[in-house]
Amino acid sequence: MKETKEQIQSIALEKSPTGIKGLDEITFGGLPKGRPTLVCGNAGCGKTLFAMEFLVRGALQYNEPGVFLAFEETIEELATNVASLGFDLNELIAQKKLFIDHVHIERSEIEVTGEYDLEGLFIRLNYAIESVGAKRVVLDTIESLFSGLSNSNLLRAELRRLFRWLKDKGVTAIITGESGDKTFTRQGLEEYVSDCVIVLDHRISEQSSTRRLRVAKYRGSIHGTNEFPFLIDETGFSVLPITSLGLDYHVSSERISSGIPRLDTMLGGKGYFRGSSILVSGTAGSGKSSSAASFAVAACERGEKVLYFALEESPNQIMRNMLSIGIDLEFWVKKGLLLFHSIRPTFCGLEMHLANMFRAVKDFSPKSVILDPINSFIIGTNEMEAKLMMIRLIDYLKLHQITGLLTSLTSLQSATEQTDLGVSSLIDTWLLLRDIEIGGERNRGLYILKSRGMKHSNQIREFLLTDHGVELMDVYVGPEGVLTGNARSAQESKESALKLYSKLEVQRKQLEMERKRKAMLAQIELIKLEFEKDEAEALKIIDTEQARALRLAEDREEMGRNRQADAPNKESIETQ
Amino acid sequence: MKQSDSNKELANQAFELAASGTEQKYLLRLYIAGSTPQSNRAVANIKVICEEHLKGLYELEVIDLYEKPYLAAGEQIIAAPTLIKQLPLPLRRIIGDMSDTDRVLVGLDLRKANQK
Repeated sequence: MKETKEQIQSIALEKSPTGIKGLDEITFGGLPKGRPTLVCGNAGCGKTLFAMEFLVRGALQYNEPGVFLAFEETIEELATNVASLGFDLNELIAQKKLFIDHVHIERSEIEVTGEYDLEGLFIRLNYAIESVGAKRVVLDTIESLFSGLSNSNLLRAELRRLFRWLKDKGVTAIITGESGDKTFTRQGLEEYVSDCVIVLDHRISEQSSTRRLRVAKYRGSIHGTNEFPFLIDETGFSVLPITSLGLDYHVSSERISSGIPRLDTMLGGKGYFRGSSILVSGTAGSGKSSSAASFAVAACERGEKVLYFALEESPNQIMRNMLSIGIDLEFWVKKGLLLFHSIRPTFCGLEMHLANMFRAVKDFSPKSVILDPINSFIIGTNEMEAKLMMIRLIDYLKLHQITGLLTSLTSLQSATEQTDLGVSSLIDTWLLLRDIEIGGERNRGLYILKSRGMKHSNQIREFLLTDHGVELMDVYVGPEGVLTGNARSAQESKESALKLYSKLEVQRKQLEMERKRKAMLAQIELIKLEFEKDEAEALKIIDTEQARALRLAEDREEMGRNRQADAPNKESIETQ
Repeated sequence: MKQSDSNKELANQAFELAASGTEQKYLLRLYIAGSTPQSNRAVANIKVICEEHLKGLYELEVIDLYEKPYLAAGEQIIAAPTLIKQLPLPLRRIIGDMSDTDRVLVGLDLRKANQK
């Protein structure tokens, strides 16, 4: 059993890492080693850069020299173009890590006079491969041959032979091709290069451009099949394989403060879970940013870094506004614990935003991220894309154990629960801020719509913005409904008057009882005295009577003796 | 290196030819890939054509790319066989086994494309 397993592993497809950020994760290791891969897409979608990065990374990171056969651009043009990505081609060429050959085909110069083949190209390529010991080869764009030479049947046969030859050479090759109408490439190159096909796409929707990459085919390997957004920036290509992540991230049971003490109490007494995602939704001016700022300050006070993505206001504006309720964000910015990142949602496409945010998070490595507000990403009809983007962002934050606090603006018309880009199912703790209009006043109310994994209060609290931050107050729920603001104050004073009254009443009762008790005690004393007097009198009478009886007996004895009578027995005396 | 040397050489030859004022000389290079039947046909065909139409006016060099693969890049060769008409200008690439004599003559500017 063991042996067969090893055998299977040894015959499994070997892969050649591209070094392109994210791509190796989608393809589980890179491109098929020793085989050609077709990279196709429209003009300007980044085929050449993709291919060049594959070679440059191969040369720099994996010690695999490469050959670039350029059919469209000259060496100088290529070097200039990729210099913007930080690649120094001339240096690599000088180090013999890269060989670039520009294949120039000018149709007007060519006269076809009979049978021919492309052996010249093979020889060139072979020479190039051998001169640097190349392991990687790029043909960009081989379809140019079709415009230079007319005999397409012959070209097809020769291309088939070329790809076969590349395989025999054992080089990992990228062949680029322009997208066709119905086929991956105009000339149907996918017929010959069928091991791996990567489709690049560059589309514009709502005036924002989005680049996407898809692994359309990967023979002999599993791969992510979705369209993945990618970016081309000063660090090269980066593909964002976020949706490929599973749900098996680590969860923490650590709790962190929301920055509002009473809210912590409402959340089971401890606050949010670390690494959870929190949504604060509410109508305009209901205090979303303020609660976000409170959270930020609480995190900073714990010494944790916070990244604040401001989508609507400038950092200075936020800092000024928060100062008005006694939250000093500038202090933490200067300390380096709080970082603002302003984004104009219309500035670029969602994918670009997402990638920028990922990079910002990666660079700053915060413990908490605030996004205020997420609705700004919806421009026109891109709600679906915006939702997907939020899902990826939330996934990313969760995976990295970063607590994410998102705010969301709900419009007055829409139902409260039907909001928030439909991301509510991803949210662990959802706070709802709402306006309560009573008695000609508009007040803020807060309640917890849900909070996963903890006991939480089901009560509405009044949300106050005071000089020293956010405070939560009890609200009164009476026959007239929830009372807030002045109505609450009135109710409060009513209640305190009532309290005072009843306090006095109790005091009065207590005094009365004391008085009664005293009266009772006095009476008891009186009765006792009377009894004592009676008792003394009675005792006195008893004593006198006894003395008298004794006296009488003595007298009688005396009398008897005087009469010389017999001594009487005692009994007769006593009976008397 | 070799590439630029040969270019310089060609340029010199061209200059000498132009200076001599004599009839235009043809400088031809035939690049082949090994001695395949195709290559052999091409060599044979071009020799016949040159002898017929350019007797005494041409210089033909046959180069096997397998022996000098570095020349392929410099001369921008993709197909084999390729005959390059270095002189007189304009430069032309005549590819194939040269079996279509008319097309070879067109390529050598010895006959207009629409001429009989």
